[in-house]
Amino acid sequence: MTDKPMVAAHHVRLGSNAGQPMTRRDGLAKVTGTATYAADNRPDGLLHAVYVEAGIARGRVNALEIEAALKHPGVVHVMTPDNTPALSQNPDEKTTPFTARIDVLQHDKVRYAGQPVAVVIAETLEAAQEGARLVTADYEVEPARIGFDNGEAFEPQAVGMSTPPVFSKGDLGSARSEAAHSVSAEMETPLQYHNAMETHAVVAEWDGDRLTVDMPNQAIGLAKPGIAAYFGIPAENVTLRSPYLGGGFGSKAVLFGPQMLGILAAREMKRPVKLALRRDQMFGPVQHRSATRQTVRYDLGRDYKFKAMEHQADVSTSSFDDWLDGAANASLSVYAVEAMKASHRGFRFDTGTPGAMRAPGIATGSAVVETAVDMAAEKAGMDPLEYRLLNYADKDPSNGKPYSAKALRECYEEGARAFGWKDRPLKPGLMRDSDGLLTGWGMGTSIFHAPFFPAKARALLRKDGSARAETSGADMGQGAWTALWQMAADGLGVAADDLDFDIGHSDLPDGSIAGGSAHTASAGGALFAAGNDVIRQLAEIATQDKESPLFGAGNERLVGDGGRLFKASDPNVGERYTDILQRAGIDEIEGKGRGNRDKASTETYAMFSHGAVFAEVKVDPDLYQIRVSRLVGAFAAGRIINPRLAKSQLTGGMIWGVSFALHEEGIHDKRTGRPVNNDFAGYHIPVLADVPHVEALLVDEEDPHVNDLGVKGVGEIGITGTVGAIANAVWHATGLRTARYPIKIEDLLERSIARKT
Amino acid sequence: MALRISLKINGKMHELALEDARPTLLDVLRERIGLTGTKKGCDRGQCGACTVLVDGRRVNSCLSLAVSLEGADITTVEGLADGETLHPVQAAFIENDGFQCGYCTPGQIMSAVGFISERDGHATAEEIREGMSGNLCRCGAYAGIQDAVMDAQLRMSNEGKS
Repeated sequence: MTDKPMVAAHHVRLGSNAGQPMTRRDGLAKVTGTATYAADNRPDGLLHAVYVEAGIARGRVNALEIEAALKHPGVVHVMTPDNTPALSQNPDEKTTPFTARIDVLQHDKVRYAGQPVAVVIAETLEAAQEGARLVTADYEVEPARIGFDNGEAFEPQAVGMSTPPVFSKGDLGSARSEAAHSVSAEMETPLQYHNAMETHAVVAEWDGDRLTVDMPNQAIGLAKPGIAAYFGIPAENVTLRSPYLGGGFGSKAVLFGPQMLGILAAREMKRPVKLALRRDQMFGPVQHRSATRQTVRYDLGRDYKFKAMEHQADVSTSSFDDWLDGAANASLSVYAVEAMKASHRGFRFDTGTPGAMRAPGIATGSAVVETAVDMAAEKAGMDPLEYRLLNYADKDPSNGKPYSAKALRECYEEGARAFGWKDRPLKPGLMRDSDGLLTGWGMGTSIFHAPFFPAKARALLRKDGSARAETSGADMGQGAWTALWQMAADGLGVAADDLDFDIGHSDLPDGSIAGGSAHTASAGGALFAAGNDVIRQLAEIATQDKESPLFGAGNERLVGDGGRLFKASDPNVGERYTDILQRAGIDEIEGKGRGNRDKASTETYAMFSHGAVFAEVKVDPDLYQIRVSRLVGAFAAGRIINPRLAKSQLTGGMIWGVSFALHEEGIHDKRTGRPVNNDFAGYHIPVLADVPHVEALLVDEEDPHVNDLGVKGVGEIGITGTVGAIANAVWHATGLRTARYPIKIEDLLERSIARKT
Repeated sequence: MALRISLKINGKMHELALEDARPTLLDVLRERIGLTGTKKGCDRGQCGACTVLVDGRRVNSCLSLAVSLEGADITTVEGLADGETLHPVQAAFIENDGFQCGYCTPGQIMSAVGFISERDGHATAEEIREGMSGNLCRCGAYAGIQDAVMDAQLRMSNEGKS
């Protein structure tokens, strides 16, 4: 079987805009400081709100002392559970899979440290901050449950959004009984906090029962009815504006307590209210990545090919909600194996509830899978790349479906060549650089699914030749303002500069969720279809107009490009859009569109983006300080709309991989449950000096089945593969593997001492 | 007890009455003057999103009390372009894709302007990586940031601007 599809089933030709490395359409606004993020809004009469967070992780608030705050100059009100009205919808009710149970001062229970227990509202930000500091709480404290040794275990109903927690295929026992070798990787991954640079914020203003909200949001179409339900107003009364998000990474897709408190405060005060989280408040009510404790076991045949795979994951959630990272499902579709089993066990910690964080499930799971695969390669005495090719999956091993497209072999090849992988010594500990640092090379396979959401869009062509396209959409940095603009322009057959383009607010057609690496395909597909709908109507008019050179060409394929409609078979036969409309006396044509994925394709094919990441690390031989000196990734993700932006997404994801492997760890005190490193001094993410060389290569891939346009996602895949590549490089440098991420100096030192004794 | 201060920001004088000495330069810029290009990422000098120039030096505006800056010459991201013409650092950030979400970008750009002048436009790639490491970017746009600063430095030395 070949990796490249033989027939381009319904591959659509895009126009002259897509495929271009256009710079960001929102670039000018972002470099001049005029891009308006939620907290930049300052309506007249604005009040500032700062919430007081619980200082315990479990128990009850017996009493709140708010007098000192109320006396502070500028403070106008303190909201507590005693004086806060009930919401119209119980915030502990889950009405959709995207609804989180949230804390909006509706009870006196404390379920995690950092939960809002009061809100101070003041004329100035300084007064609100000081007022919040002056509120004191008396608690009835119950012991906090933090960590897998203390958390309460349970059998989950689902992991991720709604995936079954247990999966098995084939006879694991019999495959194992035929195996000749076995490896097992046991590793823990910590809580990780999204920490977008823009903290969650809201500016809310009521006008009677109409509400205007400035709030960064990845899923405007869900947020609008969600907010309306909490406040008992019709969805059409809510205007949500989110033109720019200062990062999201999954944490701005659902509604959270603090932002609902800001909206509630505005209603109570009958004045606009701004509430922006402090950085330390980002470590509680606004989600995080589950901690995991995983075992990945591969059983190998005499030929060292995988015979059986078992992936078990213990995964953390909160005491009051059920979101679990689906780590153990990361192993199901990546390598060929005869029999497999994946299972999850939930653990309740007294933390906020986790949620989707960049490459949910796959990031955590593949970090351990790629380690296990390298351990197997070591057992086989084979080069890790050669070994991955030995276990290459030509069909999805979890269901036998062919891949809609899979250019992973090319990714391996191009990535390895760019990295210089062929010179890698097989054994660890053999390479030193000119400074005497231990040097290691490691690799990992990247994979991420290619979902598709039902987005809608509208397009408009006017008599004067101007055009407009719109969908609610969301640009959280991935480049929606640009890539979607390019696709919309191609749908209409106009130059991007001639298009008036709008995304990022709730008055527009529902662009669905910017998440799951599906936004470009879904919202872009809808925009392209909306433009095509306009062109179809235009063609109808032209082919029935005796004065048009296209008269009677109704059975021919007509193409719109550059503001001109012409015959595909003879581009010279055609005319400008403006001529068609003016002759027909039509002011404007409106088109509507939805992106499309063929239902039969969904049932027939396994749909993923793929990639290969190669890492070089330098490790100090005495201190075990680790640096990632080089990262090269090669990725195949179908049709690339904007290579400049796609590369940025991929390198950004790879840097998240560096962060996962070496930096990030949300630490909660085991006695109190409080986060102990809830700032950027304690919660480490990479800085520029940590990532001297990161390079992403785009590998050509035509995917005729994934959707009409053959577009897959690039936003999340970069982190997958990278984490394992770094761990494997550390092993190659030192001969040591640790049992947890992030890989720490002390763990390497400990293992090195153990090795010597 | 109102405190009357005057701040020179982007060449323009702003007269302010503060109720006390608490407001930081960052909050004064954002909440009182309406220059919201300068961003708050951590409010404690750990992320660099609020970087502005004070008398040509880069500082974290979240750690500076506004009352301490009477008479200082403050430049924010809004004051960098020359009318319609972008500052070379701004142009280089667009062309090298030195940002994604854009939230840390004003701070990155102000930091880069300050850094390039600190090094008289002769910084090596390694010095850029070190010198720009006080500005966090959670999107991980670092490859573009490094290229942008390198490129801007070159443009500025060609224009004799650094």
